[in-house]
Amino acid sequence: MTAHGPLAPPDPVTPSDTASGAPTEPPGEFRSSRPVRARRPLVALGLLTALLALAIVCSIAFGARVVSLGEILDGLTGRGQELGALAVAERVPRTATAVVAGAALGVSGALMQALTRNPIADPGILGVNTGASLAVVAAIAFAHISSLWEYLWVAMVGAGATAVVVYTIGSLGPGGTTPVKLALAGVATSAALSALISAIMLPRAEGLTDFRFWQVGSLGRGSWAALATVAPFLLLAAALAATVARPLNSLALGEQMAVGLGVKVGRTRLLAAAAGVIACATTTALAGPIGFVGLMVPHAVRMLVGPDNRWLLPLAALGGAALLTFADVLGRVIARPGEVSVGVVTAFVGAPVLIAIARGAKVREL
Amino acid sequence: MSTPGVATASLATCAAPGTSPYRVGRGSPVNDPRPGFTEAGRRRRRRRYLTVTTALALLVFCLWWVMVLYGSIWYSPAEVIAVMAGRDVPGASFAVGQLRLPRALLGLTAGLAFGMAGRTCQTMLRNQLASPDIIGITSGASMAAVFAIVVLGWSGLRVNLLALVCGLGTALVIYLLSGSGSTQGGRLILIGIGISAMFSSVISYLQLKASIYSVADAMRWLSGSLGDAGWAQVPVLGGAVVVLGGTLLALGRNLTALSLGEETATGLGVHVNRTRLVLLLSTVALAAFATAATGPISFVAFLAGPITARLVGRTDRALLAPSALMGAAIVLGADLAGQHLFPTALPVGVVTGIIGAPYLLLQLIRLNREGTSA
Repeated sequence: MTAHGPLAPPDPVTPSDTASGAPTEPPGEFRSSRPVRARRPLVALGLLTALLALAIVCSIAFGARVVSLGEILDGLTGRGQELGALAVAERVPRTATAVVAGAALGVSGALMQALTRNPIADPGILGVNTGASLAVVAAIAFAHISSLWEYLWVAMVGAGATAVVVYTIGSLGPGGTTPVKLALAGVATSAALSALISAIMLPRAEGLTDFRFWQVGSLGRGSWAALATVAPFLLLAAALAATVARPLNSLALGEQMAVGLGVKVGRTRLLAAAAGVIACATTTALAGPIGFVGLMVPHAVRMLVGPDNRWLLPLAALGGAALLTFADVLGRVIARPGEVSVGVVTAFVGAPVLIAIARGAKVREL
Repeated sequence: MSTPGVATASLATCAAPGTSPYRVGRGSPVNDPRPGFTEAGRRRRRRRYLTVTTALALLVFCLWWVMVLYGSIWYSPAEVIAVMAGRDVPGASFAVGQLRLPRALLGLTAGLAFGMAGRTCQTMLRNQLASPDIIGITSGASMAAVFAIVVLGWSGLRVNLLALVCGLGTALVIYLLSGSGSTQGGRLILIGIGISAMFSSVISYLQLKASIYSVADAMRWLSGSLGDAGWAQVPVLGGAVVVLGGTLLALGRNLTALSLGEETATGLGVHVNRTRLVLLLSTVALAAFATAATGPISFVAFLAGPITARLVGRTDRALLAPSALMGAAIVLGADLAGQHLFPTALPVGVVTGIIGAPYLLLQLIRLNREGTSA
């Protein structure tokens, strides 16, 4: 179920399904299971909201410095001047960054998986992050850009171009985009782009400081100003994702079926890809390349609510936000008084998930 | 989707006598006009193999000589030979004896090691893309070496040993996770990619934490560089290449048999499991030793095998020796180019990356079109 999620028929929600009966189940069973299915997304919604709330509380309460409840309250209201309260005040924008970046990554992964109908699609594995990084590094080196606003545009162009290249290479030949083909295309492209990054960076040692933060995802630089800068892009991505959720459901039935259901296939694909790339490039500009969140979260959410994109996309946002916030807290707690960057934590949590997906399914058939 | 056999050129080139003469390489019709595995064809293939091997050996020798002779100052062969003989030549004794000779020797041995390891891996897994660097085996060795250099402040033999142990451990984990027995196919590649993603995130993190002075060093090492070559590394890597490379060459015949499939190999009298284990260990150890000495010089392991296979054409040999020579030629040539062709000297790994990455993409496009990449 999980690994085949994007390939499985969506929940019986489209009108034609209701008319023709659910193809996979006998009609009687389908009707009797309906209330259960309608309840599951709400349960999942509650669960993920609770998780996210817990993650936010943890993120504000735990860190390099242990703070008391009073200090937390002081910090939140901005009254206290003790170190603890100041630490709390610093953690709030960072937490907000984690929530926003995690939500964007979760949605981005869910969109890419639905679009490529491929269970291992993830901005990190597909090399989209590396594309954004290369574009930013090149722009730092040659155009001397320095503001987040400029990073954003450059990262967006790099991510979009890489996504197109990787998807084109990965979908050549018989069988379309199999996981292995797509992963190899992503890794090969990443390797190629990394070689270029090295070639650009090595003769410019003075730029290394800036660059190092581009190599590993970190939320340490999150600020309200940065969030305000990226907000329009994320809103745009969210709006696009909302408009394509229903057509994506139909697309999951296959291209011909979707055309029959009145979906404009090309436009849907384009909008979904744009939303996915914008979300992931924005996150990369904000926090650097963070891998595996987009891979894990949609799988987990799909286990909870099934493959209906109208639930999957918003819940993936919630789940991604909770996951990234927890990962950030974990990174801060395990290496006191320093911190482990959140990108490292997600890689260590996520790689086993990728391995489990690879082991659990007959890869060639995916 | 694709056939489990993954009939890439490796299988085609390794088809042994007795297999169907219609075993086609790429898209040729069933009535292949080229001679099959007849006695005459066999002689011709052997001649071509020997020609290519000899030509590659000559090329490597020439590149090696150029690397020793050429630098900011030309030294005459007579001076260089005098240095090698241990006599004191003003200027040349240091420039050649202490800088160029170890660099050239290290490049040579690392190239041999990468080339041979890559070819063995590709043949054993029957996938042209499955070289050690791409499926993530060297990522463990890299991580260990960066850790040893940046955090522990180690150098020399201890770094090599740690890299070796971690490289072997990584390979073992990938092998076990992919399910022993089914070492071919996509699962192993996906798992390798996952594992190497973990290690590369650690590497990035270590770079982030390291002091700014050691970061440039670590980055140069990570892209694969002969710049820090010294005499201390030469005997270690040289010994490893002699012992492990010798083992691989000795097992070359069995590798050919193994690439035809387990059952065929058993039928030909090969102890499949034992052979595969020895091959795997030697391959990984070779790659790890070379990675520890020079850093992960990108794509050499990947490039050497397919290019050699294309030069030699169809043959029943494992192509280990010519692939090793090809690896050495790539490393030496790329290092020469990196030192002299660019406005700032680039590490060898950046040059091989710039050459190798497009080749990898082209190869991927070609294999995908044929439906044989995985």
